Amino acid sequence: MKQKKKAEKIIFESEKDVPLMPISLGPMLWNRTGAWRNIRPEINLTECIQCGICWKFCPDVAIAIENEFPVIDYDYCKGCGICAEECPTKCIAMVEERK
Amino acid sequence: MKSEAQKKERTMKLSLPTEELMSSGNLACQGCGATLAMRYVLKALGQKTALCIPACCWSVIDGPFPYSTLDVPIFHCAFETAASSAAGLKAGLEMVGDTETTVVAWAGDGGTFDIGIQALSGAAERNDDILYICYDNEAYMNTGIQRSSATPYGAWTTTTPVKHFKNRPKKDIDAIMAAHRIPYQATASIGYPEDLYKKTKKAKEIKGTRFMHIYAPCPSGWKSRPEDTIKLARMAVQNCVFPLYEVEFGEKYTLNIKPREKKPIDDYLKLQGRFHHLTEEHIKMIQEEVDRNWGRLLRRVDAC
Repeated sequence: MKQKKKAEKIIFESEKDVPLMPISLGPMLWNRTGAWRNIRPEINLTECIQCGICWKFCPDVAIAIENEFPVIDYDYCKGCGICAEECPTKCIAMVEERK
Repeated sequence: MKSEAQKKERTMKLSLPTEELMSSGNLACQGCGATLAMRYVLKALGQKTALCIPACCWSVIDGPFPYSTLDVPIFHCAFETAASSAAGLKAGLEMVGDTETTVVAWAGDGGTFDIGIQALSGAAERNDDILYICYDNEAYMNTGIQRSSATPYGAWTTTTPVKHFKNRPKKDIDAIMAAHRIPYQATASIGYPEDLYKKTKKAKEIKGTRFMHIYAPCPSGWKSRPEDTIKLARMAVQNCVFPLYEVEFGEKYTLNIKPREKKPIDDYLKLQGRFHHLTEEHIKMIQEEVDRNWGRLLRRVDAC
């Protein structure tokens, strides 16, 4: 089982902590791209037929499958609207982002 | 919500594995096709993969130092050296006894069609054991939508403005690679993820230079709506602008998806702002060009 990754920024205390080679030390999860969004997708689960198409076509890996139903991670959803466009039953609505 | 969920007894059947080697928080634009291409390819290749990425959109999407959005090692190399860096990486891995790792050169269309073509041609000629993947968004999108030789006829870019739009057709990179007689090459599209997954799996098992050409629409550069990314990728296959086929040893052509009826190109062009200036005459010319290419491909498939 894979460990869950931390969504933290990496801070170097001093110059000595910086690696000699520019290598990556952590994931980009600290970058909450949800702030880019103007419209947000909302799934009406009563009409969901569990086809998994929204999960398959999400470019930001922001849709997870939990208990056999899609769940949107609003921390990272950029609001592109691909899921709403591709949904065969059109049960995903794009609504104006709340302030 | 939960009680309604329990009423349904259907189980979810996913057509792709759930393992994700790409994490959220990447720096791609909304509705990016290249991100999807990477997601599907990594699902097929698995953890034992090393990537060589030259200057392209993906060198930005991946994130700045010291972060990376991918769970596999990446080597950022110079623009023109994607194929030769990958060949060197593979040779180095073999020296230390690692024969399992798949080394992938992951370049955009600029790094494949224009700048990286000599390194790619050299690697293909030596038949180095690498998988070269070109995700094709039809211009230099990373630097601000400049024309590349993958840009199709009639398209607007910042270096081919509306009054002087590109008047040359797209370079046929697949024919160039077929002329190298490499063991396996394929075209794939993010509109058909299962097909892309299957082809990547197949390419992984083959030794020698493998080439994959993935069609990845770019909403920012094509001036299309972000939600139309998948639709455009699917339309390009349905109206034969970008047919999906495989070639083995430069001879055996296999057509994967043959549209039931070939759709006219108009709807596909209308969805993209970069083609808005075209007149009926130009569209007719593009349609003729597409028909000619499609006929040529069908003849090649039939000859096998």
